[in-house]
Amino acid sequence: MTSTLATFLSLAVDGIAYGMMLFLISVGLTITLGVMRVVNLTHSAFAMIGGYIALWFIQRAGVHFFLAVPLAVVVTMAIGAVLERTLYRWVYGTHGLGQLLMTIGLTFIITAIVKNLAGTQLQSLPLPSSLQGNFSVGPLTLSVYRAFLIGASAAVALALWLGIERTAFGARLRAAVDNQRMARCVGINVPAVFSATFAIGCGLAALGGALGSPMLPLEPYYGLKYLVIVLIVVAVGGLGSLRGSLYAALLLGLIDTLGRYYLPALGAFVIYLAVLAILLVRPRGLVAN
Amino acid sequence: MTTPSLNSSVARAFSRHRYNLLDLVLLGAAVATFFLADLYLALATAVLIMIVFALSLDIAQGYGGIETLGHAAFFGTGAYAAGLYAMHVSPEPISGLFVGMAAAAVVGLLSGLAVLRTAGLTQIMLTLVCATLLLELANVAKPLTMGDDGLTGYSVAPVLGLFQFDIEGRTAYWYALAVLVLVYAFCKFLVSSPLGLTAQGVRENPTRMALLGVPVRRRLLTLYAISAALGGAAGALSAQVNNIVGLDSLGFTMSANVLVMLALGGTGRLYGAFLGAIVFMLLADRAAALDPTNWLAALGVLLIVVVRFAPTGLSGCLARWTSREGTQ
Repeated sequence: MTSTLATFLSLAVDGIAYGMMLFLISVGLTITLGVMRVVNLTHSAFAMIGGYIALWFIQRAGVHFFLAVPLAVVVTMAIGAVLERTLYRWVYGTHGLGQLLMTIGLTFIITAIVKNLAGTQLQSLPLPSSLQGNFSVGPLTLSVYRAFLIGASAAVALALWLGIERTAFGARLRAAVDNQRMARCVGINVPAVFSATFAIGCGLAALGGALGSPMLPLEPYYGLKYLVIVLIVVAVGGLGSLRGSLYAALLLGLIDTLGRYYLPALGAFVIYLAVLAILLVRPRGLVAN
Repeated sequence: MTTPSLNSSVARAFSRHRYNLLDLVLLGAAVATFFLADLYLALATAVLIMIVFALSLDIAQGYGGIETLGHAAFFGTGAYAAGLYAMHVSPEPISGLFVGMAAAAVVGLLSGLAVLRTAGLTQIMLTLVCATLLLELANVAKPLTMGDDGLTGYSVAPVLGLFQFDIEGRTAYWYALAVLVLVYAFCKFLVSSPLGLTAQGVRENPTRMALLGVPVRRRLLTLYAISAALGGAAGALSAQVNNIVGLDSLGFTMSANVLVMLALGGTGRLYGAFLGAIVFMLLADRAAALDPTNWLAALGVLLIVVVRFAPTGLSGCLARWTSREGTQ
């Protein structure tokens, strides 16, 4: 009895860790979608870029893990900002299909570049010794890495919430989202706010891609392979809702982890069935605006 | 004052129903391909099948304005249904084709009930979820579908009891061409039928169509089911011609590829499906054989260029060019 319970609890922790990583990767998309209303299918490719840059810093430049990850985030933000100023500009005014195609095209290009530069093998960031190993809480044995991931994601969620609700930039962003024309009239530089937001979204993706690489290993097709799950988290959570993304990511992480353990024959089927059920009941997501 | 313009717009709506020189040229090209393609007959057959699939997407996306990233659901359903029918029920191809279409239409109706309640990104997501759900279902139902190995081991009887499928793929080519001609004629009829015209009205302004008394969702659902059935026909063709159905027939790449083809050719014009599928398949075959990685990059660049400089696709460019020639 206790062992069944212990198994369930450790699975639940794994599920929460997986869900928190999904949240990290997809929260940037939630923000950019809510703000700019661009269907950005390149988002998970930005996560991949972040992961590969962190890997490059660690392996080639010999930078420590805890410095390499923030560096990768900054570089990815710069790449994102440049792309926003050039390519994404073109599709702001067009219909959904144009955005879909442009961002798929961009994902293809990034995939090809990564494949040429890094090769096709699966890679993940080597964890520093401080993140390896396990620790036990009562009867439970937890991995340090997963606990770190949960803590880091929770910190990011808190920082985002504070940033949007309590800072001047957050106020400008909310104003620009609610009423672009009015925001311009009171002197807010809306395009600059959007660029910054897009860059932050890319940076968050990079953070998720780098920290999550032991769970979702890096490979050139990462951007296409994990696109569906990222889009699902955003859609289930409700477009543009931070809280919704957090709930959705946790829920999907738990369902997926528990489903794979208790119903192994059904595999990934469980999660998509759950998503379909949720979206049928609440087409606008868990937390609809 | 308004009568001539009304007449001309009605005339334009009906003129699309007629067959013109271009249709004859396309048919001639298809027949000529049979005699010239030789070793590339299998590729030519694959192009014909993809044209059918792109036409089916054009009906939903181009004419109905239904945004979808999961059209492979119908291709795969049609393919698996036709393959399983050939294996367990009867090897007869034409009934197999209809079984594939019916199965896909059922999937279209059921998923349409969910998909058409929403719009925009949620709609795209729902279509994607439906397709992924079917993919996982096919993956889980290994005893039936053979999972990753692909459904094989069935044979297809001669078409109409007369034309045996041969190793060079001659029968396959004619069979696919015959289906394409029928599907094209049907699409031509559909887009200028009351249902097709209503759907285009809904695409432009759903609220206004609802105010005019059009049962918007029911019309779209009908259109979506028809589009699904045509997609199923493409899948069934592929299953019968290739004697194998893989999981990739339900995959995201399949959905994305057909979307790319249609965008390349131009949505909302039936010729777009032809142009896009031909250009994409030929480029993909040549380039993928030479250098698959850089082909992906080139495809990406091509997509961005099309979105930026030719949002109406190749057929849109051609139409603009021919109309300019005409006025001069």
